[in-house]
Amino acid sequence: MKKIKDLLKERILVLDGAMGTMLQRYKFQEEDFRGERFKDWEHPLQGNNDLLSLTQPEAIAEVHRKYFEAGADIVETNTFSGTTIAMADYHMEDLVYELNYESARIAKKVADEFTAREPHKPRFVAGSIGPTNKTASMSPDVNDPGFRAVSFDELRIAYKQQVEALLDGGSDILLVETIFDTLNAKAALFAIEEVKEERNIEVPIMVSGTITDASGRTLSGQTAEAFLISISHIPILTVGFNCALGASQLVPHLEVLANKTNFGVSAHPNAGLPNAFGEYDETPEQMAAQIKEYVEKGLINIVGGCCGTTPEHITAIADLVKEYDPRNLISETF
Amino acid sequence: MIEKKPKYLKLSGLEPLVVTPETNFINVGERTNVAGSKKFLRLIKEEKFEEALSVARDQVEGGAQIIDINMDDGLIDGKEAMVKFLNLVIAEPDICRVPIMIDSSKWEIIEAGLQVVQGKCVVNSISLKEGEDEFIHHAKLIKRYGAAVIVMAFDEAGQADNYDRRIEISKRSYDVLVNKVEFAPEDIIFDLNIFPVATGMDEHKSNAIDFINATKWVKENLPHCSVSGGVSNVSFSFRGNNPVREAMHSVFLYHAIKAGMNMGIVNPTMLEIYDDIPKDLLERVEDVMLNRRDDATERLLDFAESVVGTAKESKVDLTWREESVQNRITRALVKGIDQYIVEDVEEARLAADKPIEVIEVNLMTGMNVVGDLFGSGKMFLPQVVKSARVMKKAVAYLLPYIEEEKRLNPQEGDSRGAGKILMATVKGDVHDIGKNIVSVVLACNNYEIVDLGVMVPPEKIIAAAIEHNVDVIGLSGLITPSLDEMVHLAKEMQRKNFTVPLLIGGATTSKAHTAVKIDPQYSQAVVHVNDASRAVTVVGDLLKKETSVSYKKSIKQDYDVFRDKFLKRSVKKEYKSIEKARVNKFKIDWSTSEIVRPNKLGIQIIEDMDMDKLIPFIDWTPFFRSWELHGKYPDILSDNVVGTQATDVFADAQKMLKEVLVEKKLKGKAIFGLFPANTINDDDIQVNGHPDQSRGRTDSEGESETFVFRTLRQQLQRRKGVADYALADFIAPKESGLQDYIGCFCVSAGFGTAELAAAYEKDLDDYSSIMIKALADRLAEAFAEYLHKEVRTKHWGYAAAEGLTNEDLINESYKGIRPAPGYPACPDHLEKSTIWELLQIEEKINVKLTESLAMWPAASVSGYYFGNQEARYFGLGKIKEDQVVDFATRKSIPLKDAKKWLAPNIAED
Repeated sequence: MKKIKDLLKERILVLDGAMGTMLQRYKFQEEDFRGERFKDWEHPLQGNNDLLSLTQPEAIAEVHRKYFEAGADIVETNTFSGTTIAMADYHMEDLVYELNYESARIAKKVADEFTAREPHKPRFVAGSIGPTNKTASMSPDVNDPGFRAVSFDELRIAYKQQVEALLDGGSDILLVETIFDTLNAKAALFAIEEVKEERNIEVPIMVSGTITDASGRTLSGQTAEAFLISISHIPILTVGFNCALGASQLVPHLEVLANKTNFGVSAHPNAGLPNAFGEYDETPEQMAAQIKEYVEKGLINIVGGCCGTTPEHITAIADLVKEYDPRNLISETF
Repeated sequence: MIEKKPKYLKLSGLEPLVVTPETNFINVGERTNVAGSKKFLRLIKEEKFEEALSVARDQVEGGAQIIDINMDDGLIDGKEAMVKFLNLVIAEPDICRVPIMIDSSKWEIIEAGLQVVQGKCVVNSISLKEGEDEFIHHAKLIKRYGAAVIVMAFDEAGQADNYDRRIEISKRSYDVLVNKVEFAPEDIIFDLNIFPVATGMDEHKSNAIDFINATKWVKENLPHCSVSGGVSNVSFSFRGNNPVREAMHSVFLYHAIKAGMNMGIVNPTMLEIYDDIPKDLLERVEDVMLNRRDDATERLLDFAESVVGTAKESKVDLTWREESVQNRITRALVKGIDQYIVEDVEEARLAADKPIEVIEVNLMTGMNVVGDLFGSGKMFLPQVVKSARVMKKAVAYLLPYIEEEKRLNPQEGDSRGAGKILMATVKGDVHDIGKNIVSVVLACNNYEIVDLGVMVPPEKIIAAAIEHNVDVIGLSGLITPSLDEMVHLAKEMQRKNFTVPLLIGGATTSKAHTAVKIDPQYSQAVVHVNDASRAVTVVGDLLKKETSVSYKKSIKQDYDVFRDKFLKRSVKKEYKSIEKARVNKFKIDWSTSEIVRPNKLGIQIIEDMDMDKLIPFIDWTPFFRSWELHGKYPDILSDNVVGTQATDVFADAQKMLKEVLVEKKLKGKAIFGLFPANTINDDDIQVNGHPDQSRGRTDSEGESETFVFRTLRQQLQRRKGVADYALADFIAPKESGLQDYIGCFCVSAGFGTAELAAAYEKDLDDYSSIMIKALADRLAEAFAEYLHKEVRTKHWGYAAAEGLTNEDLINESYKGIRPAPGYPACPDHLEKSTIWELLQIEEKINVKLTESLAMWPAASVSGYYFGNQEARYFGLGKIKEDQVVDFATRKSIPLKDAKKWLAPNIAED
């Protein structure tokens, strides 16, 4: 099986779309989230999507399958909130290892099925590492700007646990994504480096930030280039942006990355901006039409979808990008 | 297609800093270093983090591209201080836009710093001093945290102090870092140790040239790395001789930068321009730096004595007078020398086709240089104001010729400058220093200024704007009622369908007030501008064709967003009812609290103050602030960035002050009174107005006249155990049965200011006009401080034994307070009227109140005296509607009047 690093030079790889949007279609209720195992859990669990990997594993596998069928090369594990910090909301800190391990295992099993069936198109699993619900370089209290709700070490320890479980479960790639606060991402990267060193392994890393609004900056205030510089200290597979904005709004920021980095560039934008009801209504055709600008300009190596995207969107994107060359990657040595 | 890119050092704060050959030399700010700045150390020790932040901010504004932060001091917990300060820095986008250099000799402090900064920092520093293992260990972690690193030329055997050792250590460090740690070579910065030269010791002779040669070797043999260092070390042996030190720094940098040094700590005010170094000095300094002669040190020492001796003379070095007329005019403008401007302008006029050309070509060429230098932070406000003085004199000389030319060739139209700007201090306000500064700086940038002066009613502003067809209207104000005036004027402009942009400035204004209150009233651009340098860029963006439309649009959007955020934020605060606040008042135990009966009750007047006595009481820090020079006196005089300018402007101030005092050009008067008083109904202070019965002013019941001060009480919900203060809490309540006392006062040092300023302005000397006003303000504040001391120690006498230094006074370390209406403890100006009535101020000393209750002359201070030892300054904060209603009832004024006066302090719902 070809290595993802090599494939990246040959063609544009397709990442999957939104997990949450797909899960909404199942209309799971509180008892579905709980399943048999957590029926007596003392705290409400509806909304804990990561938990569905334990209580509704078939649904999760189903979503992965649909995205692979739609043309995705890579699916993301259902682990966006899989840290002790984010799971504290549900008092499920102790389940974090299992959640990540099982999520990766489910995704890997589906990926292996597809790879066996279509060996010319190997499928990969990216372990999704979300931002947590706390920020390390911003104060949640406007009256106390020096306060921090979480420390670098707390984040590093939480991320390390998630990374170990994602790798044990079979993740091929680690995807640090939806980065609002670069310091959180740096803690995740620090943890990944520790695991790499302890296990003496190499693992491809994707890093994906979030430009929150028209200011063109991350929530923690960095410009796209400052963000890039802040996460470029370890070798990564790709750097990119996802979430918050639609495909078109991401173009100027992707251009900055494409011009200023030797790493690959990824993008998984939302299906446009949410409408008045908070729903994403951009059609697959509309989204693909905007992504055409990425590929015509040669900006990207990996592309997929974030909030509001579905297998139909991924099909439209996959059909589009196979006609185009990926962004040129130069060798890492000079 | 991506091409192979060379490797550059890339750092980041909120914004990127990429060090390329084109970025030339990266200047590292080092004032936020407790080891290097006594002031910063004191601020950190005293936990004055707000002020410490302003040190960082000043550096960034002053042009530092990286800020070095160091907390290594035996008396502070360095790790805690580093983390706390960095967390605060990270919350200030105008500071943390630049990368941070985390500076410590302790690894635990460095690591703690690395854990709180999102951007790519520089670690300062690591070295092989403790051996290779520790070096590798730290380098690995630094890499993992994502920082660049400064490596000191230091190893197990000690610090590199010659060429060979520098090379040996840097080569070894580089190899270890690149090969064993896989550290990115472009993230390595070598500090190759800058040591002093010309010390008299032979082994120091090659210190500079060894550094320079080692730099060259490192840059040629260790690919992609940078070289840095602290430059002032090199001239250490010439402490006290700045002309020589400045030349040494310039020569050193000239050669070191050529050799490849691309980063360092340099005090920009301690730098002569290489090309401006006199030839003979340059030769001797280069001999020393490059170690070209055995007797180089002796020759420089001999020469240095003559430089010290002739330092004053060299200031009147007139060789520049031999240059071309354009060069002379430019130099006169840049240096603010008006001595020769008329003869130079005359020469230029004779050479020109038309007199107007002298303005359009010669003078504007010079002013453009001034504008560029100011814009890039290489010139400071006082210098620009002096430049303007030269400009004005030149233009005044040319005007008759231009008029004559117009008369002869009337068909030629006037050339219109960059734009016309109306400036005014709004109705009821008398403060104009800031407005005048902005006017001068804009005029320097070729804008025509229509200055309507102070206390300008809105209808006059509207009429003048139409009459002069201005392009921008600028409003200024210092006291809070002026804010309402500005809102009113914005409404009027909207009603009259104005389209010109509106600029808002002055001490009491803010972006928040502008965005929330003014901007929504006017559909065109409204911009809050609080300093002169920003005024130039803002007006430029507003008026330049290429930028106008987009800038106006972006400003409007910016204020929309800001307003939304602000309004959302203010909702978060919670308030308690006035009743609840009163229950939680500040309670003095009146059974034990000492009340001192004043030695002399009643009113006293000082008709003609001996102003010399006030000099020791002057707090100079705000004086510098009015010139947009930020820093605390006296540290500011030796400040890295503004020190030279601060010293100059201070010298000018001393000169003028002396002249004013010797010739008695300013007159100071004061009135104060001490009265029996008690608090009634929680928040009111009842004053027995005329205890001095000999005046015979008693009412029908034989009781003396009573006055009531209405105080306001804090309502913001704060943490438990903190009282909700009102000034009334510091006076014994009537029901205690105790007789307490209060004082009030008004001092003015402003008599004569307006006349002097007008005379200077007539003489086209804005610099002196602004200076005299700034001085009068300082004298008034000093007068208030002086009088307070007199009252404490003599007239009231409760602190007869106090012995405070002037610094203690400025730090307000004495007992008792003198809050002034319009300031945080009592922000409403209304009570000033009561003080005026009680003391009969206008009748006795002729200080008047305007309709907005500003004092005239402007250089005046008035307030209350509270003598209780528990009395303290506090900020009222916002209050709620219930207290406003209550206040109106107590004061028997219509609610809408109360709302108008208290508007800036009423919390939004």
